[in-house]
Amino acid sequence: MITKTYKLETLTCPSCSMKIEGALRKTKGVEEAEVLFNSCKAKVTFDESIVDAEDIKDIIEGLGYKVLKEK
Amino acid sequence: MRLDKARRVLVSGIFIILSLILKRTDLNIWYTNTSMLIAAFIAGYPIARNALSALKYKVLGIDALVTIAVIGALFLKEYWEAAAVTFLFMLGDYLESRTLEKTRSSIKSLLDLAPDEARVIRDGKEILVSPDDVEEGDIVLVKPGEKISVDGTIVEGNAYVNQAAITGESIPVGKTIDDTVFSGTIIESGYLKIRADRVGDDTTFARILEMVEEAQDKKARTQKFLERFSKYYTPGIIVFSLLLYIFTMDLVLSITLLVIACPGALVISTPVSIVAGIGNGAKHGILIKGGEIIEGLGKAKILAFDKTGTLTEGRPKVTRIKAFSIDEYQLLKITAIGESYSEHPLARAIISAYEEKYGPLNETSEEVDIITGQGLKAKVQGREYLIGNRKLLKEQGIILPQDKDDYIRAEEERGQTVVIVANNENVLGAVSIADTVREDAKELIMDLRRKGIKKVVMLTGDNERAAKAISKELGIDEYYAELLPEDKVNVLKTLQEKYGVTAMVGDGVNDAPALASADLGIAIGIKGADVAMETADVVLMSDEIKKLSYAIGLSRATVRNIKQNIYFAILVAVLLLLGVLGKVVFMASGMLVHELSVLLVIINAIRLLGYGEKSKN
Repeated sequence: MITKTYKLETLTCPSCSMKIEGALRKTKGVEEAEVLFNSCKAKVTFDESIVDAEDIKDIIEGLGYKVLKEK
Repeated sequence: MRLDKARRVLVSGIFIILSLILKRTDLNIWYTNTSMLIAAFIAGYPIARNALSALKYKVLGIDALVTIAVIGALFLKEYWEAAAVTFLFMLGDYLESRTLEKTRSSIKSLLDLAPDEARVIRDGKEILVSPDDVEEGDIVLVKPGEKISVDGTIVEGNAYVNQAAITGESIPVGKTIDDTVFSGTIIESGYLKIRADRVGDDTTFARILEMVEEAQDKKARTQKFLERFSKYYTPGIIVFSLLLYIFTMDLVLSITLLVIACPGALVISTPVSIVAGIGNGAKHGILIKGGEIIEGLGKAKILAFDKTGTLTEGRPKVTRIKAFSIDEYQLLKITAIGESYSEHPLARAIISAYEEKYGPLNETSEEVDIITGQGLKAKVQGREYLIGNRKLLKEQGIILPQDKDDYIRAEEERGQTVVIVANNENVLGAVSIADTVREDAKELIMDLRRKGIKKVVMLTGDNERAAKAISKELGIDEYYAELLPEDKVNVLKTLQEKYGVTAMVGDGVNDAPALASADLGIAIGIKGADVAMETADVVLMSDEIKKLSYAIGLSRATVRNIKQNIYFAILVAVLLLLGVLGKVVFMASGMLVHELSVLLVIINAIRLLGYGEKSKN
């Protein structure tokens, strides 16, 4: 289980952050997902044997939010 | 081709203008409509794509509402409406992201203050490394204009250091050997060699940054409520629109409802104000750890203060010297010499009072006999003196005349500790010592009342008399004296039961339990009180206690700002709904009003960034 933080482009509505949160939580292997609206970050804890960091990034970008940095 | 948001808005806008021009020409209406369709497609594509991908995860968002509405409009051949709605939605989104960046700018500029390189001396050579690679114990060299990259102790050099990043105070502070310096502060002139005590993420600055970063997303109660509300709201609106269609068979009305129903301004009302409020605080050396805290502080009615170190300087000082039969200089000199071997805090106060007035003390007493609980007997220049309290005089058989006793009693009533000086026959004089009240404390208490604090209480471990004197001097409503740290917690509980939301202001480690148990813990100063900084909800970085009234004023302004935003958002939503049902508002105009209301809410929050600028001076 690891936790990664993804820096996102400026989030414009709190409901967008809930959308990303919802989508990530429904992803298999994701233990916990939290999207910070004001700091525009997604903190995701996941099981690397099921899903990898790149998949998470794809999900966020698939929803239409650019990932600027991950760490 | 991938277009960024700004270009997409621009291109879509050009096509809309083009089609409006084409409409005025004699060309076939087909050209106008095609142009509108292209505009709608360019602006609408990302909206629809986001809506679809969100649908995969069974999430319904605002973009889903807009997509349904646009499809409906196309179906009705309302090309102008479709283009206008998508264009306005994207334009709004773009402008909102630009203005939101502004509300977040204070915090971002704070993050930019983080040091990015450090000059370290290794093997006798200066090398530049990343601040993360500095190790504890390294010697770091800092030159004028450079940022200090570690928390450490000065081992060589003098400098004026701008500590604004930490304390919010922009007046440079003089620092020299053995002083401590903080990471993130800047040397304005001079140079320093610093031994690194804390590096990287352990530095005060790094920890402050982390706390501020986290604070901006700790949700306020209002915000949590609004988010729960909007979770049910969006699906609710879809159902409502469907029902409206079924009953009225009016497709235009139903889809217009979808467009204007996005609760954008409402859900954004609270977080934008909070991020601006927290950002403003951070810029002024006030760390407020989250939305709930700012709401609490904005509503607090009762404040409890710790006395020593918070309302007072925390160091006893000589406040009055009364010589009865010798001159003042002689009295103070004899007392200082006599006390020079004592470790007692009162002794230090006397010696520093002498040195402040007459320069360094270079005589010592020939013989000293310390009598615990009473004072001391000292031989100075061949004569014996008694320096201490009443008990000492009594034990040594010296009589305290009535008039002198009256003077001492009066001083004690004022909360002073009185050191009596006598020789073998007579009482020569008395030195009054007390922990002095901070210069700005009185002004602060008055200011707090003006800002709507109903009750100010003082909690102290000190004795009843000292507590009474200080609370009288400052105009404090109630005081509780002779408290142990755990007693403070109990008193706080009673206050909470009696008066509701209670904030506790303190410093130092012994206040940590009280800070943690109050509804709001406010810690003052960051020196050596890590525990207090971690447990507190609000941290005033500098030692200036008047920042407290700024913090409270700012919180009240933030709460007001949130309220304005919420009322405004609700008003707009109600008016739009009435307008749609009354058929005065249509899709494009509804979207325009909606986006404008979101922008206005953000701009209102930006005003908070300027709080305190006008009232400075």
